[in-house]
Amino acid sequence: MVTAPAITVSGLSKHFSGKAAVNAIDLTIHHGEIYGFLGPNGSGKTTFIRMLCGLLTPDGGSGSCLGHDLVREARQIKRKVGYMTQRFSLWDDLTVRENLDFVGRLYGVRQRRDAVTNTLRSYGLADRAEHLAATLSGGWKQRLALAACLLHRPQLLLLDEPTAGVDPTARREFWEELHRLSTEGVTVLVSTHYMDEAERCHRLAYLADGHLIVHGSADDIIQTAGVTTWVIQGATAVHRAAFAQTPGVTELASFGNALHVTGRDAGCLATHVPSQARALGLDARLAEPSLEDAFVYLMRRHAQRPPT
Amino acid sequence: MSFSLHRFVGIAYKELIQLQRDRLTLGMIILIPLAEVFLFGYAINSEPKHLPTVVVMSDPGPAARAYVEALRVSGYFDIKGTVDEREAEALLDRGDVQFVVTLPINFHRDLVRGLRPTIILEADATDPMTVGSALAVQSGLRSSSSLLRDMPASTPDGTPPPFDVRVLRHYNPEIISAYNIVPGLLGVILTMTMALMTGLAMTRERERGTFENLLSTPATPFEVMTGKIVPYIGIGLVQVTLILLAARYAFEVPIVGSLLLLYGVVLLFIATTLSLGMTISSVARNQLQAMQITFFYFLPSILLSGFVFPFRGMPEWAQDVGSLLPLTHFLVLVRGILLKGAGPALLWPHIWPLFAFMAVVLLIGLKTYRRTLD
Ligand SMILES: Nc1ncnc2c1ncn2[C@@H]1O[C@H](COP(=O)(O)OP(=O)(O)O)[C@@H](O)[C@H]1O
Ligand SMILES: [Mg+2]
Repeated sequence: MVTAPAITVSGLSKHFSGKAAVNAIDLTIHHGEIYGFLGPNGSGKTTFIRMLCGLLTPDGGSGSCLGHDLVREARQIKRKVGYMTQRFSLWDDLTVRENLDFVGRLYGVRQRRDAVTNTLRSYGLADRAEHLAATLSGGWKQRLALAACLLHRPQLLLLDEPTAGVDPTARREFWEELHRLSTEGVTVLVSTHYMDEAERCHRLAYLADGHLIVHGSADDIIQTAGVTTWVIQGATAVHRAAFAQTPGVTELASFGNALHVTGRDAGCLATHVPSQARALGLDARLAEPSLEDAFVYLMRRHAQRPPT
Repeated sequence: MSFSLHRFVGIAYKELIQLQRDRLTLGMIILIPLAEVFLFGYAINSEPKHLPTVVVMSDPGPAARAYVEALRVSGYFDIKGTVDEREAEALLDRGDVQFVVTLPINFHRDLVRGLRPTIILEADATDPMTVGSALAVQSGLRSSSSLLRDMPASTPDGTPPPFDVRVLRHYNPEIISAYNIVPGLLGVILTMTMALMTGLAMTRERERGTFENLLSTPATPFEVMTGKIVPYIGIGLVQVTLILLAARYAFEVPIVGSLLLLYGVVLLFIATTLSLGMTISSVARNQLQAMQITFFYFLPSILLSGFVFPFRGMPEWAQDVGSLLPLTHFLVLVRGILLKGAGPALLWPHIWPLFAFMAVVLLIGLKTYRRTLD
């Protein structure tokens, strides 16, 4: 059983009024792994996560979660999974403590009162225990939501954009907590839009309109993309046009006063980009392509794929 | 299917906390029944006087004039004049007058001869509360002093010569008595608050997005439904007690039958209505829809149950529709227990339809409860 993956799905699909929100996804996630889910809005991240915890019924493919069949054994899965919804979905008119207490009852948590008190303390919520959930700020709501889905000590955490709208410090603490849980053996599937968070995951998957276009570790993905990036220091919007015309360049992205020039043909870039930069009186430097450079390239390639 | 007491209690407790935080709703639940009882109650107690009356004087003798004068003096009858039979009928039809008094031909002569002539008093009893006290007063007229003084051939010991007054109630032969309002109010208020409150309970979760959270937990549909229903049973009982207390002590409505049986029937009715509310909230997509469906159910309940119109006076099809509504049976049950002291055996024909209704509705509710977000 130790070697069995926490989640394995094959050909998993879900359609809404004829349109595929999740399109035949194959994926395996191991125990104790922090698995990142990336992709633009509407790419199917939420739909995929909802199918994993029995909130949506797949209409194609099959899969299992913690050794239980996705469709037939949704109830067993629910007991062992903590799901944090994209939108805050605890009860606004209950206090922090009442919310935790209620969730504890629903999961039949043993020694519930102690468990709630301990959770309040370890998540720094003790001072706000008697506040109504509605009155909490975004960061505190996120903490409460995480605390609520960990109360029953789930083996798998499904977190849907948990850090959207949360300040950097709170995000950092949140990720420390995820890594601590991961070392305890909890499997985490987390969707995010932040590249720095993506880099903190053990492995990643990138979704685009329901398709899984790439997956693997951050390094794997950069490798797969096979892109080369040059950084032009001091380039402004005026210079962009010149680089857009340069042979071999497929992507341009501005970062402060640096311009990232990316392409797949390393040789072509090496002959043309530095000379172009010199001609403009700028300095070009070969850089490690970032995860974002890789995603941007893969997205575009996916969008330009021949219709199937 | 497994049932966890933990989860059931958890859901019921959460619902109670939320209810207790929602002061406005809570206030309405308590105040509306009281307000309605007092509103209707004062309508019950008010004694409308000076009701428009016309006289068909077939015998304009002194005895007849004495009787009409006695009606006028009582203060309840406002004699508008003397008309012929056809016109009197038309006036009553149009609702221009409340009463028509017809004094028969040869009234005076028959009276003197001791032949017991009959005066006919026709009443527009559409609103029984309006005419009730006037009719009560006229039956006491016989011994009024003015009648005694002016009526010919009174016996020396003070009894007027024998005559009869026949009262004909038009439009509402069933005579819903004033007391019938209270059972009706019980049913109407329970239907309204119970169906609406629970109807909103589930759609509210859906609208606020908390339903997704609830669904992701191991709670079963049955646990959620029953857990959400329970607090409202308590509320329903509080409402009923308030109404009964007000009826008994403020308006002296008699309570003849067994209180235990009454509360048993009330509980059954509450459970039936709550099941309906839960089902409405599984069917409805949002709170507005839940509200609309509730009103769609509420209107026929009021109109066809015998609360507004006398049940036996309705056309057959309306009675058939009415028989499908729980309120119809509840009204018969509560009137039977409160006013006539009826027992369970007598009431059974109106008890089982409530069980049947509840079973059907719960089945639909559990079938339509969405276990997923699909
Ligand atoms: N309940 C639903 N009904 C209809 N369409 C839906 C529903 N949920 C999601 N979709 C559609 O499925 C696609 C994927 O949505 P979603 O899974 O929410 O993406 P993401 O979480 O990546 O933003 C979108 O096009 C969205 O409009
Ligand atoms: Mg989403």
